[in-house]
Amino acid sequence: MTAIENPKTYKWVGTRPIRHDGYDKVVGKARFAADLNLPGQLHAAYLRSPHAHANIVSIDTSKAEAMPGVKAVVTGDDFPALDITDSNHDVSINVLARGTVLYHGHAIAAVAATTKAEAQAAAAAIEVEYELLPVVLGIDEAMADGAPLANEQNYQKFVGPSDPSNIATHTPLERGDADAAMAAADIVIEREFDCAHVHQGYIEPHACVVDTGADGKANVWASSQGHFMVRAITAAVLGWETSRIKVTPAEIGGGFGGKTTVYLEPVAARLSEKAGRPVKLVMSREEVLRSSGPAPGAKLRIKIGATSDGELTAIDGWMAYQIGAYGDFAGMVGAMSVASYKFPNLKLESWGVLSNTPKTAAYRAPSAPHAAFAIESVIDDIASELGMDPIELRLKNAAVEGDLTAMGMPHPRIGLVECLEALKASDHYQADPAEGAARGVAVGFWFNIGEQSSATVNLNEDGTATVITGSPDIGGSRASMALMAAEELGIDVYSITPVVADTEAVGFTDVTEGSRATFATGKAVVEACRELKVELCRRAAQTMGVDEAEVEWVDGAAVSPSHGGEPLTLAAITAQAKRTGGPLTATASLNAAGAGPSFAVHCADVKVDEETGQTTITRYTAVQDAGTAIHPSYVEGQMQGGSVQGIGWALNEEYIFSSDGVLMNPGFLDYRIPVASDLPMIETIIVEVPNPSHPYGVRGVGETGIVPPMATIGNAIKAATGVRMTSLPMSPPKVLKALGDGR
Amino acid sequence: MSRTHITCTVNGEDTDFLANPGTSLLDALRDELGLTGAKEGCGTGDCGACSVLMDGKVTCACLVFAPEAQGRDLLTVEGLSSADGVDGDHLHPLQQTFLEGAALQCGVCTPGFLVAAKALLDHNPDPTESEIRYALAGNLCRCTGYDKIIRSVQEAAVQLRSAT
Repeated sequence: MTAIENPKTYKWVGTRPIRHDGYDKVVGKARFAADLNLPGQLHAAYLRSPHAHANIVSIDTSKAEAMPGVKAVVTGDDFPALDITDSNHDVSINVLARGTVLYHGHAIAAVAATTKAEAQAAAAAIEVEYELLPVVLGIDEAMADGAPLANEQNYQKFVGPSDPSNIATHTPLERGDADAAMAAADIVIEREFDCAHVHQGYIEPHACVVDTGADGKANVWASSQGHFMVRAITAAVLGWETSRIKVTPAEIGGGFGGKTTVYLEPVAARLSEKAGRPVKLVMSREEVLRSSGPAPGAKLRIKIGATSDGELTAIDGWMAYQIGAYGDFAGMVGAMSVASYKFPNLKLESWGVLSNTPKTAAYRAPSAPHAAFAIESVIDDIASELGMDPIELRLKNAAVEGDLTAMGMPHPRIGLVECLEALKASDHYQADPAEGAARGVAVGFWFNIGEQSSATVNLNEDGTATVITGSPDIGGSRASMALMAAEELGIDVYSITPVVADTEAVGFTDVTEGSRATFATGKAVVEACRELKVELCRRAAQTMGVDEAEVEWVDGAAVSPSHGGEPLTLAAITAQAKRTGGPLTATASLNAAGAGPSFAVHCADVKVDEETGQTTITRYTAVQDAGTAIHPSYVEGQMQGGSVQGIGWALNEEYIFSSDGVLMNPGFLDYRIPVASDLPMIETIIVEVPNPSHPYGVRGVGETGIVPPMATIGNAIKAATGVRMTSLPMSPPKVLKALGDGR
Repeated sequence: MSRTHITCTVNGEDTDFLANPGTSLLDALRDELGLTGAKEGCGTGDCGACSVLMDGKVTCACLVFAPEAQGRDLLTVEGLSSADGVDGDHLHPLQQTFLEGAALQCGVCTPGFLVAAKALLDHNPDPTESEIRYALAGNLCRCTGYDKIIRSVQEAAVQLRSAT
């Protein structure tokens, strides 16, 4: 847990206080959505499609409606039909199918009843007549000429009705002349890769409670990464005005991108409206895996050319992402995420391909892990062909400020070189792998984003403060907000109460995603605090009887040389607020520009059991540029959590579909995420190359950590066995087969 | 369906409640007794978020029928701070080290980890890293990568040993 010191020194930023919300979480008091119960509450359950692709000929809910305890039944017909060009069209037909089911497990109807068991029994009694349609499952199959369509309608909005296909998006990016550079290169390596679908695997299933009142207004308690997003989508799917819905964020039990959309809330709201009672709707684990967003599966062909001294001269890449039967941005981002190396010549195209598999959702640095697995594997093979150290080869080509991403955007100040140097100097890299183990390294990149945030800071009468934001805290961001406010105001971090407020108690705030909360919402908190400091100095000047310009805010107090330098503390000023102009409060709202890209470099030592194909990680180090680590423990936590999700993606996790599109492993027993006994400690090195666009230099750290592990481990397996793995997960049967084939 | 009357000890207090024979202990704890600290992450005994101690043994409350609790001694995360002779106003050393060691992010798995870790330390006050990892292998955490959880259990073990 080494940290490279930020040259700036702060009193609070960079310290490790116990997080404010932690106490409730260790004593079992923290309120997650499924923990809430309202008087008169009903329980709801879904009927889901047993087919991966079918027209719904008829739905008969009459038997279900007559069953004991049943208070309301809804189907897709209870919601307005949104136009296919509406941005909420896809989510509206995913929430409940309309006319066609597009994947196995697609929700068709929902029932609210007195007990969950009654709701489930009634849902099972709904009669549906289906007309089966061809099921489209694989990328090759979906992209073949004359392939049946995974979705009869949806492609139209992407490529036009005259060109029916399963292609949702096509994103070509080009600079220089990749073909000519490839022909002139001393070495060219091309490989094909594939990646199975994986799930975000949050431990808390999706859950909500909704109470639609007689006034037609809905109170929603939801587990989400953004309650303003829940409000907007719920309103759109119901055809309601936004002001009819209030969303209170419950504690969220993990999201990782998977809770940036809506599944339950519009259904629960309509059921509650029909029944006139509150409705609780909670997914089972099986429903989570079958019907909430996995990350896409992918197929990639990557060709890279280099000179004999290790200069990477060209990349030619083809990337296809399997995104379910709806449109999704995943297909576009793959090519866009290529940004770690200079690559003077570049030709990339990425595709979003439709299939009758669950609608994909964001998962930590969406689409970048697949691309990095392929590219970092090929780069590693170039290094070993050239006999170069893999870090030296990467240092020689690493992007620096001003170099262009694949999208043609110049990088701002970034810290890739610093991360590579930090790994090179680390204890881990300086030591040899344990006996029988071999080492791999790889790089990861994520853009990070800004977006809209609001914050209100209220100074209380006794000199304490309440920091109110609209960013659900999915990994310690409340502590970060409090630390930044403490630094600004000069008061103790525990005198600050950080709150995530409901949609009626704070200004609009976008989803907690893209590593934006500490960056963008943090910026809003700092701006509000700075406005307060100006006002505090004005009030102090009034009390001291000096000119405002002569008062400065120093270490939690107003100080004026012309007032003898005697400090007037924040508590002294707030105590007098009534006499000096009223309550001290400030709000800042912004659309944050200047998110700082974050780079990571990972290093793994692995042993491969050549009899079983089992890969064991003996040592693992994650290096990442955080810009500035506001609360280093939670920065490390993001790096460690991302690393281990990536390790699961690398070695175990995969969606296994039957030939008719049924997920065969919809539980944690068979969809096996890493457990404690699979892993070593995850060593972390926080690099701090401050982001010039944030008052404390924050870049955001949540996403990048999941990008390097797959190639890191693949490269280590290659070093251990001589065999290049090109298919995720690198599970024991696949490694065993590759060892047999490769020798 | 007629409901069964169940009497047991929960967090040191004599307790009784009614439940359908098919109700899980987890649902009874959460819905009848208002003890929502134990969570349902999977309902199939794979994630450990519903871990409670039943007569001192780690048990997935989602896999036990409520009537099976008859006459048993149950400990949930809500009772942890008053267990081990710790004054109920204070946190159990595991709760304290989890907080100080940043061993939780979203916190939904935390109650299960705390309960499972207590069972481990009750039986083995000086576990190796590997013993901790295997003892907690039935508890899934998706946020932390386990590193800080393991370190916090190690630290709590040190504190508990020095207190006895």
